[in-house]
Formats: sequence, structure tokens, C-alpha cells
Amino acid sequence: MKEYKFKLFITGNDYRSENTIRNLKRLCDIELKITYELKIIDLLENPQIAEEEKILATPLLIREFPEPRRRYIGDLSNIKASLLCTESIKNTHRE
Amino acid sequence: MNNKNHVGIEKIKTGIEGFDILSKGGIPRNRTTLISGTPGSGKTIFSTEFLAKGILKSNQTGVFVTFEELPKNIKKNVRSFGWPIDKWEYNKKWAFIDGSPRNDKNVIYGGDFNLNGLIARIKAKIKEIRASRVVIDSLDTMMKRFPSEEVVRRDLLKLKRELEKLDVTTIITSERYEEFGNISRYDLEEFVSDNVLILRNVLNDETRRRTIEILKFRGTDHNKGQYSYTIRKDKGIVIISFIHDLKSSYYSSERSNSGIMELDHMLGGGFLSGSVILVSGSTGTGKTLIGISFIIGGLKESEKCLLISFEENYKSILNKTKYWNYGLDKYEDSGQLEILNIYPEIEGIEDHIVDIKEKIDTFKPNRIVIDSISALERICDVRSFRESLINLFIYIRTKNIIGLFTSTSPTFMGLTTITQRHISTITDTIILLRYIELYGEVKRGISVIKMRDSNHSKKIREFVITEKGLKIKEPFNNVSGVLKGDIIKGGK
Repeated sequence: MKEYKFKLFITGNDYRSENTIRNLKRLCDIELKITYELKIIDLLENPQIAEEEKILATPLLIREFPEPRRRYIGDLSNIKASLLCTESIKNTHRE
Repeated sequence: MNNKNHVGIEKIKTGIEGFDILSKGGIPRNRTTLISGTPGSGKTIFSTEFLAKGILKSNQTGVFVTFEELPKNIKKNVRSFGWPIDKWEYNKKWAFIDGSPRNDKNVIYGGDFNLNGLIARIKAKIKEIRASRVVIDSLDTMMKRFPSEEVVRRDLLKLKRELEKLDVTTIITSERYEEFGNISRYDLEEFVSDNVLILRNVLNDETRRRTIEILKFRGTDHNKGQYSYTIRKDKGIVIISFIHDLKSSYYSSERSNSGIMELDHMLGGGFLSGSVILVSGSTGTGKTLIGISFIIGGLKESEKCLLISFEENYKSILNKTKYWNYGLDKYEDSGQLEILNIYPEIEGIEDHIVDIKEKIDTFKPNRIVIDSISALERICDVRSFRESLINLFIYIRTKNIIGLFTSTSPTFMGLTTITQRHISTITDTIILLRYIELYGEVKRGISVIKMRDSNHSKKIREFVITEKGLKIKEPFNNVSGVLKGDIIKGGK
């Protein structure tokens, strides 16, 4: 059983998608040293998932576990690692 | 369905009443058109109707992208116009992209992002339901949703290009905070759109007037200026544009009686079919009686007649005619005559005009009398008044019926009023009723001062109201200055 479960929504295999994956790995493996499961979904191939999740902005990382479910928008280049695992978020921005 | 004009920009018909005339064929196909207006000016109604009429009239499906209102609220509005949105959604003729704000506090922005998710959703939905029309409502709520205006601007351009590739015609709404001034708050119009419509809801002299203006359609022709419109619960937006296809107007040399024999002589044989007659006079000169005589003349020829009274009540009209021994009630019972008594103040003039046109469509009269149009002038500004009446006059001509309108002039003797100056040029015939003071007595004078395409008597005659109706007597000879109200005995 992994400690964390993430879903990453990207749109195509461009540099931004690659950056996001690299940033996520850096945050989890190096800074936080956590075990996690990561599922990557390309919305260009699965647009109906974008519809179901009502996704507008990408890349979008969703923390599925632990609760509460949380959404992170952007390539994760500008985020404190601790925000990935914290339970309460104070400085949030509306999506 | 599609109209090409000389520079090769194709348009698609919106199906919105009056708009396709005003825009000379609709909005530019495969382009993006920005609709800007203050809150409550009708942007969302215009855009939902654009999709609804696409389904109803052009068999074109549509995608509605909403960033503010929930789809269920939009659906409620659409249903209130009688459009079967639930069926359309089920049959994939209409689809929503829900971008309304999530009640989700658990969102964090961390780094560069784009709107590719949104673009992917819109593209997929267009392909799924084979949409030809797209609405994005609104630009402002979209801008406010994301922490970077720059990203939204960049991706809007990208979205616009993608939409053009898919051969869809798009409307984007945008809010503005003043009726005049900047087109939209974010100054996006220049770069989002070559085509800009402005909806206004202006308060003027304590009356509200909704208008629509095509500010620009790049590379294609359209009418300029503001046009009044109204929103109808049963049909949506109705624009009072008076530019109609003149070829559809019906001109005839056929004559109809005026209901007064001597007046027929003065008119050179009666009124022309499809003509619009203005009867002008100060209060008490007998305008209503001229109108009723005209109705009775029609009833005697087995014609259907419609009398709309904005001033006198129903009872007093019937009393007048009983006095003359005509029983209008029996014609009403048989359905040959309909008398409507309407308070001018219950709605705007645009709505009155739409009501009258609908009545003409259902009742199909040969003759219509409106007594008086001056009552309508009280409820609107000069421009709405003129536009609305021209619109109605043209409608009457295209239906080949005869319309008689009374107008009250404020002075007892003088000639023109604002009403007459504004609409006299568009009427075919003008009949003037005047008080004339002669030899210490006040008499009534009648004259025909204009008769299109026909000869008529230029004489001013005396007329009297008798128990058997109106009687027109001999011309006033040997006097002049009657029109001016300044009688000189002996004449020229």
C-alpha cells in the first residue's frame, strides 16, 4: 500500500507535461521521500474524462488519497512540497 | 441558407427576428462574434436564442460553454421561452460545457498552466454532436476564474483558431459597465473578434429602450446605428428593424371605400389597398368617428376589421355607434370585427407593435384602425416611436391591408405636431380635421392633404356629425388661411 495516490491530467506529450512529471517526481522522491502511485491521463486522448472531471486548466494533479481530495493546477514548478501532503490549505486560489 | 456577399464573407442566419435583416444575412460564418452589453441587456438571451433558432430553423446543433451560470439555471431560462431544451440535450442537438465555478476550496495553483483542458473539452463536444454553433458565456467570468489574465488571453486566441478550423460560428458574450464607452472591460474585442454587437438598455425620459447595434462586421456589409428590440416570453428577441425587402411590399391600384361617400370622392375613388392613412386633428374633431365609419364601410363589404383603441374605452365606442344605429356588437359576435381596448402604459411600444402584428397574423383583418397613435407617443422617445410605427406600417403594406391611424394634434387650429412631422413622410394618405371659426361659429373642416400615386381633391370641406354618421358638405369657398387657423374672409 502506497502512502499517496495521484492522478495527473496532461494534454499531449509536450515540454510542459514532461516538466510537470519531472517536478512531481522531484517533490515526492527527493523532498518528501514518500511512496506514491501515479496515474497519468492524456486528455487529448480521453476528452470525456476532462468533461467528467470538469477540467479547464491543465496540467492538473489530483491527490486522490489521502482525503481530502485536492487539485493542483500548473506544472508544479512553483509550489511548496509540503502543500502536496498537507491536510488544510490556507492560501488557496479559486479555480 | 447561407448568403454570400460581394467580398465573399459568408453569413449564417441567426433566426432571431429582425436580426438577419439588420445584419444583411446573419453573423459571419466560421468566425467569432463578440456581444457586449451591460448586465441585463440581453446577452445571454441573445446567445441562447442563437443556439435555439439554429436547432429550430436551420437544423444546426450547438454547444453552450458557461463560466458563470449553472447549466440547470440556463435550462430553466430556455424552457421559459417554450423551447424543449431537455429533449434537445437528450437528442444531442444541444450540449453544455460546464465551466461554472466549482465550490471547491481545495485548489492550488503551482506553476505554469494553460487552458488546454477546456479547449479539448470544447473540441470533443463539437465533434460529438456535430455542432455548427458555439456560445461562450462570458469572457469576463472566464477572465476572473484564473489567476493569470495573460494565460487566458493567449489561450482564447488559441481557442478561436481551433474553432475556426472546426467550421463553427461562435458568439462570445462580454460585460460592460457603461452603455457608452469601452466595448468590454478587458479591451479584448480587438483581438478576439472582428465582429462586435452591442446590446443596450438605456433609460431615457423615464422609459427604457433596449437597442442592438452592429458595431462592426469586418469585411461585410450591415446596417448601422441602434435598433430597438424587445424580449418576448413566447418567441425571444424581436428586433424592430424597419428595413424590409421592399419587393415583398404589395402595391395595388385597387380601391376600397372609406365608409363616407363624399370622402371617397375627395380621395379620387377611395383608399388604395395596402395603404396607410393618417387622420390628424385636435381633440373632438371627429377622428374616432372617421375610424369607425371606415370600419363600418368594411363590415358592409363583408371585410374583416380590427379596431384597436388606446384611448376611448370599449363601451364609449359602442355607444357612439349605437347612436348611429350600427350594431357593432353583432359583427363582433360573428367574428367579423374585433375591438381591442389597450392601455398604452402596460408595456413598451415595441411590445405593442409585436402584439399588433401577431393579432394581424391570427385575425387576418382587411382593415385595421388604431385610435390613437398619439397615446403611444406618451410612452416612449421620439426615435422608438418613429421606428416602431414605420415597422408596423411596412408590415401592413406587405399584408395588403388598409391601416387607418388617428393622431391628436395639440393645437385646435394649427398644422403640425411632432407626431405628424415624424411619420407623415411614411404614410400614404393624410386627412386633416380642423376646427374652423367662421362668421362667429366653430365649424369642422376636412381636407385630404396627401394621397400617394393618386389624384385627390385639394379643397377644404365642411363636415358635420349627424345621427346617420358623418356628412361632408360643400367646400369652404371665399375663405383662406384655414390650414393655418387664421381665416381671412374673401380669400385669395
